[in-house]
Amino acid sequence: MVLKVEIEEPRCVAAGHCVTAAPEVFDQRETDGVVVLLDAAPPPGAYAHVREAALLCPAAAILLRERDGSA
Amino acid sequence: MPEPQVLPFAARAAGCPFTPAPELYAMQKEEELSRVDVPSPILDTFEAVAVTRYEDARALLSDERLQMGFVFDPDAPRSMLNQPGNLLNYNGADHTRLRRMLTGAFTVKRIRALQPVIEEIVAGRLDALAAAGPGADLISTFCTPIPTLVICELLGVPYADRADFQRRAQVGLDVNATREEHITNLVEMDAYMGELVAAHRRSPGDNLLGAIVRDHGDRLTEDELIGIGNMLLVAGHETTASMLACSSTLLLRHPDQLAVVRDEPAALDGAVEELLRYCSPAITMPREAAEDIELRGRRIRRGERVVLSVLVANRDRALADTDLDTLDVRRAPQPHITFGYGVHQCLGQQLARAELRTALPALFNRFPTLRLAVEPDAIDYRTTALVFSVNTLPVTW
Ligand code: HEM
Repeated sequence: MVLKVEIEEPRCVAAGHCVTAAPEVFDQRETDGVVVLLDAAPPPGAYAHVREAALLCPAAAILLRERDGSA
Repeated sequence: MPEPQVLPFAARAAGCPFTPAPELYAMQKEEELSRVDVPSPILDTFEAVAVTRYEDARALLSDERLQMGFVFDPDAPRSMLNQPGNLLNYNGADHTRLRRMLTGAFTVKRIRALQPVIEEIVAGRLDALAAAGPGADLISTFCTPIPTLVICELLGVPYADRADFQRRAQVGLDVNATREEHITNLVEMDAYMGELVAAHRRSPGDNLLGAIVRDHGDRLTEDELIGIGNMLLVAGHETTASMLACSSTLLLRHPDQLAVVRDEPAALDGAVEELLRYCSPAITMPREAAEDIELRGRRIRRGERVVLSVLVANRDRALADTDLDTLDVRRAPQPHITFGYGVHQCLGQQLARAELRTALPALFNRFPTLRLAVEPDAIDYRTTALVFSVNTLPVTW
């Protein structure tokens, strides 16, 4: 299973949960706090944090796509 | 004088101010949506759907058809609910435009950079508490001053003016103040913030108000700047002061849990989340349906008002098979809507967390023998305001 991360920037409300949950995958733009995706294909070790970030995001701005490892 | 009213969707069990009233649990079990009469000094009494289930609250708060029903109307008389600049009065693109002018100051990085400021403020209040001596009121020496000093520092509001702006904030959140009191109060708040804004227009200061004027001043009216300033000043101190007050009260009543907050840095973040879930200081979020909304096969009609009951939603028994009415700072992470959900989720939440994580352990480390100087039954809770809190809390050590 491979996890791909996408963000929908216009939805972001800069609550900051993703940066707290998975700092290795998400950052915030300095001017307005909008999410910056650092790693669209994070290593499996980061999956739990990324899932937490997606769950906590109040604006559903983080999309996760899970695919078979073979894909 | 009529008896002060408690909002029906925020009622608490007799003798247990941290536990929702049984009627709210009864509503939560009902499959039908409950409708309640909500007293309001500004709108008179109105009927609203009372949302008590956690999943309903989350679904509705992320539904664009459910809006702030009190959008700014320049022709109507000014009131707390009719104030330009206040993010809670905007929807859609207008809301995003304004919110993004402010979010840069509240990023995780920017809040981390404030940590030394917060620590210094907390240390100052611990000294003040020591100087006041046993018998001191924890609320007025510690819980209220900390967030007030932090927001003053951040915004650039003189701390010396606090007696007036704190009083105005409390009137603004008082469900039992009259409509006239609310309107006069807002005129005073606007006049005060108007002067600060005018000073920043002349020469933008080295703080958040100055930065907003410098970076966005050409796209904001005076009214909007005043509204932004007032919103940050009120939202920035009342709720966090309440969290410090409620958390201290609860922890002093549960020494085993206090010990976790005091002695276990690794457990601190989880403990603060649990306290946030359990205290739910901002008791409600009011909305209005802009269109018909279908929820679990039931209908909220266009134009209907909706009030979310934060306290009982955070205790929803559908969320966990454990007892959510017990405070347990070691609990596995439990979702909550104490900061709201959806696009209006609290702008200042990382700042509030930083203040709580700093102030609570520092208090119990500095005063390891701290205890209540009042019987638990005699604690003076504030139950008739939009922000639940504790009025006074005598402590000794
Ligand atoms: C523990 C402390 C706090 C609690 C419990 C709290 C709670 C809330 C809640 C529930 C909302 C959403 C209201 C709604 O959707 O109707 C909110 C929004 C907001 N809060 Fe907080 N808050 C806290 C601290 C702060 C601080 C420290 C600040 C500012 C420095 C702040 C600024 C705001 C602002 C500006 C909004 C409006 C956001 C928007 O509409 O986009 N809050 N807060």
